[in-house]
Amino acid sequence: MTTLPSGPSAGADTGTTVVRMAGIDKSFLGVQVLFGVDLDLRAGEVHALVGENGAGKSTLMKILAGVHQADGGTVELDGHAVSFEHPLQAQHAGVSTVFQEFNLLPERTVAENVFLGREPRRRGLVDAAQMNAATAALLEDLGLTWLSPQTRVRSLSVAGQQIVEIVKALSHDARIISMDEPTAALADEEVEVLYRLIGTLRERGVAVLYVSHRLKEIFDLSDRVTILKDGALVDTVDTARITSDELVKLMVGRPISSFFPDKIEGTAIGETRLRLDGCGNAQLDGIDLELRAGEITALAGLQGSGRTEIAHALFGVDRFTRGSMWIDGRRVRVRSPRQAVRAGIALVTEDRKAEGLALNQSVMANARLVLDAVQPGQAGRRVQNIPGILSSLDLVARDVDQEVRFLSGGNQQKVVLAKWLATEPSVMVLDEPTRGIDVGAKQRVYSLMRELSARGVAILMISSELPEVIGMADRIVVLRDGRIAGELSAGADEESVMSLATGHAMGGEQ
Amino acid sequence: MSQTTETVDVAQQRSRSRWNLGPTELVFVALVGIVIIGAVLVGLRGQNLFNTANTVDMFTRSSLLGFIAIGQTFAILCRSLDLSVGYVVALTSIVAATTMEGDTGRIGLGIGAVLLVSGAIGLANGLIIAVLRVNPFITTLGMGLIIKGYLDTQYQGPAGSVPTQFQQFGFTRLGFLPLSTAVMLAVALAGFLFLRKSRTGYHMFAVGGNAEVARMSGIRTGRVMVTAHVLCSLCAGLAGLLIAARFGTGSALVYDNLYELDSIAAVVLGGTLLLGGRGGIAGTIGGVLILAVLDTVFNILQVDPFFKDVLRGVIIIAAVAIYARRQLDRKARRIRFDDGNGGSATSDAAPKVPPSAGSSGRQPPPPAGVRGAPGDAHETSQTGTTIRQGPKGEGR
Amino acid sequence: MKATNARRRPQVTELAGRLFGGGGGTVYALLLVIFAAIFVVNASFLEPASLMAFVKMAAPIVLLAIGQYFVIVSGELDLSVGSLVGAQVVIAARLIDGEEGRTVPVLLLMLAFGVLVGLVNGLITTILKVQSLITTLGMMLVLYGAIRLWTGGAPTGALSEAFRQPGRGGIDMPVVRQLPWAVIILAVFMVLAIMLMRSSYGKTLMATGDNERTATFSGARVWQVRTAAFVLSSVMATFAAVLIGGFAGVTAQVGEGLEFTAITAVVLGGVVLGGGRGTVVGAMGGALALQALFTLFNQLALPATIRPAAQGLIIIAAVAYAARERSRPAAAMERSDVSTEPEDHPRDSQKQTTT
Repeated sequence: MTTLPSGPSAGADTGTTVVRMAGIDKSFLGVQVLFGVDLDLRAGEVHALVGENGAGKSTLMKILAGVHQADGGTVELDGHAVSFEHPLQAQHAGVSTVFQEFNLLPERTVAENVFLGREPRRRGLVDAAQMNAATAALLEDLGLTWLSPQTRVRSLSVAGQQIVEIVKALSHDARIISMDEPTAALADEEVEVLYRLIGTLRERGVAVLYVSHRLKEIFDLSDRVTILKDGALVDTVDTARITSDELVKLMVGRPISSFFPDKIEGTAIGETRLRLDGCGNAQLDGIDLELRAGEITALAGLQGSGRTEIAHALFGVDRFTRGSMWIDGRRVRVRSPRQAVRAGIALVTEDRKAEGLALNQSVMANARLVLDAVQPGQAGRRVQNIPGILSSLDLVARDVDQEVRFLSGGNQQKVVLAKWLATEPSVMVLDEPTRGIDVGAKQRVYSLMRELSARGVAILMISSELPEVIGMADRIVVLRDGRIAGELSAGADEESVMSLATGHAMGGEQ
Repeated sequence: MSQTTETVDVAQQRSRSRWNLGPTELVFVALVGIVIIGAVLVGLRGQNLFNTANTVDMFTRSSLLGFIAIGQTFAILCRSLDLSVGYVVALTSIVAATTMEGDTGRIGLGIGAVLLVSGAIGLANGLIIAVLRVNPFITTLGMGLIIKGYLDTQYQGPAGSVPTQFQQFGFTRLGFLPLSTAVMLAVALAGFLFLRKSRTGYHMFAVGGNAEVARMSGIRTGRVMVTAHVLCSLCAGLAGLLIAARFGTGSALVYDNLYELDSIAAVVLGGTLLLGGRGGIAGTIGGVLILAVLDTVFNILQVDPFFKDVLRGVIIIAAVAIYARRQLDRKARRIRFDDGNGGSATSDAAPKVPPSAGSSGRQPPPPAGVRGAPGDAHETSQTGTTIRQGPKGEGR
Repeated sequence: MKATNARRRPQVTELAGRLFGGGGGTVYALLLVIFAAIFVVNASFLEPASLMAFVKMAAPIVLLAIGQYFVIVSGELDLSVGSLVGAQVVIAARLIDGEEGRTVPVLLLMLAFGVLVGLVNGLITTILKVQSLITTLGMMLVLYGAIRLWTGGAPTGALSEAFRQPGRGGIDMPVVRQLPWAVIILAVFMVLAIMLMRSSYGKTLMATGDNERTATFSGARVWQVRTAAFVLSSVMATFAAVLIGGFAGVTAQVGEGLEFTAITAVVLGGVVLGGGRGTVVGAMGGALALQALFTLFNQLALPATIRPAAQGLIIIAAVAYAARERSRPAAAMERSDVSTEPEDHPRDSQKQTTT
């Protein structure tokens, strides 16, 4: 890592505190997600913000960005209290944010994107020459001379687009830039470019708030790190004074309570239901995986490590281009979700609203959708089971004719589960099954998983929440960069999962 | 990692070996191709496609549709569309003719009235779409029907008359270029510059490309939408003036000519995305000229006029299918591992990250069917450190 | 319902919500109002015989609206139905050419032609990924051109008496004097359409229009589902053509503008362009209300030429009325960040109580 600038160098105002957030509280409809969090950013520092999923990182960042407004506490910019009502306000004040989803127009050029909404004008007309020159100057200033202002954003790689986002943020004369998982979508080679850019920003005295799951990046890049857990501040420490082991301990290490239901008496691990043998495609390589009847296998790993890709490939949304897939000892090729359903596989997707539900349809219509779509002839018999399934899941709805968009997240998830239970699958893949649902619904999901495995269903649970992985799984498979990094048995601790997922224990940091 | 490999990494221009042309260039290549084929076919009949009469015919045909299609381009760029233009043309031809009433002194008044009426219709369209949030298809369809009802009720036949001086607009020629075509091209140039030079023009691409991004960038999307529709209707008004000049009177029945559909076809043929955010006037003019050349060639070849409709329908569908194909090819996806079978549809269009100099590249994947060996040591290039990974982790 | 913890009895407010919420119920309230207005102008309208005549007149539009409904609810649009009606009538006249014996074979041929047109529309839209607006617009041009090319510009031939029966004839009976075949055909198709929408196909169709990705992830073959909708639309247009041909005879203008009338009817019935929302019963109601409105204009002795204007106003007003809920300015921004929140905002459930 010789290319990285080492530590903050002497800028004029390096070290002055530019942002001070104190005692930030935030609730969403009665659910408190931030509890009196403090955070201060100094000019010329890279400040990492870490924590597990749901720890409140994104919410805190969005409060700084003006997307959300804090319920309590203060935000000070250069010692003056501010309250941003809109991201544009924050931007004008010098606080820019690079969100996870791109805010670019792919069909327009780099310069046009950077200056969108405030194109320079001369005599009333847009001065494209000046706009390109200003963008070129900005790029050159950051050492990004290889990027032409007149390139269409569409033709850039993901990293290139990410860099345009950052350049756009900087062009607002940003003194504070926050980035939400900027490397989540980047290939390793591309990460280097981002590293260099962040180094340049630090030299310029810009304060960088860097949200990431990847420990290596945090140690590579940051000067200080703030750790959040369950919406509360754990600590802010100098990165140099902490080891990755200690950091992992601060992030996780929550006592595992009796929150997770015990295995149901008599649950036995049976025969292999589904087997992947050396499977791979553009995102995955060398995937060997066995799912056995009655067993809950957890698939852990960082965002972008290939977890969802495995689910999509074995469900026929994508395909494996290498290796073989076996169900109940027979080799199968799954080319569409339809074939997967016929083969007895169910997939509860990560994005409930975009992939799991037809929001304007009724509870019943959603619950019977797979039966209707795949086996219209025999739908009738299994449809009769649906009311029973719904009530066994404790669904709270006005009636089964209510449209699902009116339900809470937890109840929506129950509808998705019911939809798949109705097909009586032998393999059930659950991608982040408890994301965004309330505690009661979570418990119901967990107990359902236990019930299913007692009935001999093979379960693959994909999860970012380590307590859930540890608490539920019989076996934990950890992915890193599209390959299986290792496998842990039940009862492993969170740190060893994290170590495998980040690869830090093998000397990854500094 | 050297500077040069990085350039390839991140700023990679996706390989354009298969499609070297942007949509606008493609339209004009297609235009040239059609002109050549047309000239050959016409030549086989012993005639010359490029003689004055034929050239004038081509240009004359292009002017009327040109005006309407230029306007339609603005609407479509904003991810809207205007189905009322045909009726606006009919209405404004009558407004022009009845206002002028054959009086040379009232030409200015007539033009003013046309611009006022068409502008007001565009304003109404834009406001209904932007403020009442009514689907543009429904809004402009409804507006068209309202105008149709008015026209059908008030005007059974031709109405008003246009003074001879104004009729020159329809018939004068500057060499082989009809005046109306020259005006149309001037309007096209103005529209082109508007999109290239004005902030509002820039913002139309933003609103059509992603309204949310536009809003987050501080663009008042509603105003942009209204502007696009006003411009669209004004262009239709110009077409109405041209109709009045050519016919010498206002004609309500020209709405039967389905100008709205022809103009959408020309715009889409010209490479503007029906879903907005990409395209422009130049392509539209290309699309208009393609349709005009086809008409002229068919005319010379004495192709049944109804066959032209058939062919036009086929061409429009085919053109959009080709554009759709190109869009599909373009979908980029991150490739982490080379595809062993090489059969994936995305592999050719997706960015390839070449092994870079400073950090070691990945090993080629095991061939298909061979059991992938996760236990093999391999390098990750994140920092250049080598990480040894075990198949069954430490937890066992 | 077993799955209910917080079930409420239907209340007056809910009924009001159904009637004025902009959904399918609203249009039947509108239909009653229009009927009442017609009755005020002309009390004899509510006599069974004239009601029968009204339904007979409305039958083709209702059939077209049902067909258009299938396509719209799947998230697409079919602009080719008007030209298809015209083409079918012309085909019938030319091929039958007044000979009774050819009626049935030609009817079968027309049905096959309708299926073919729907297949082409559907496959171009789903496989070649051409927007259905363009596909069906192209089909419209092709059909118009091809039919006129075939007939040399003006329709030739004549329909047979048997062919005209469904559009004109009926069963003589007391009270209503005559029960038109058109009414029977309409009733059959209405029942079939309602049954279809209750079937597995109907549910999958709705889900496809609502969220294509969810439908795919649930194992639906989206391209087949959508293509079938286009085929249904073309088949309904074919039956509408039989009724229209029988009733009105053969002219070059037959069918012109009917696609927009059908779309107006469907939208008036509370069906949302873009797919996944609205009922086929609402679409039928929309068609009946539109036809009732035209009847009212007749009764008021308004010129027929005013129809399009009324149609235009109605379609804009209906959609604006239905869209008033969605027009909160902040909605789009809020939506973008919901997914990252630890707990979903049950925003919509709040909204529900206000309607």
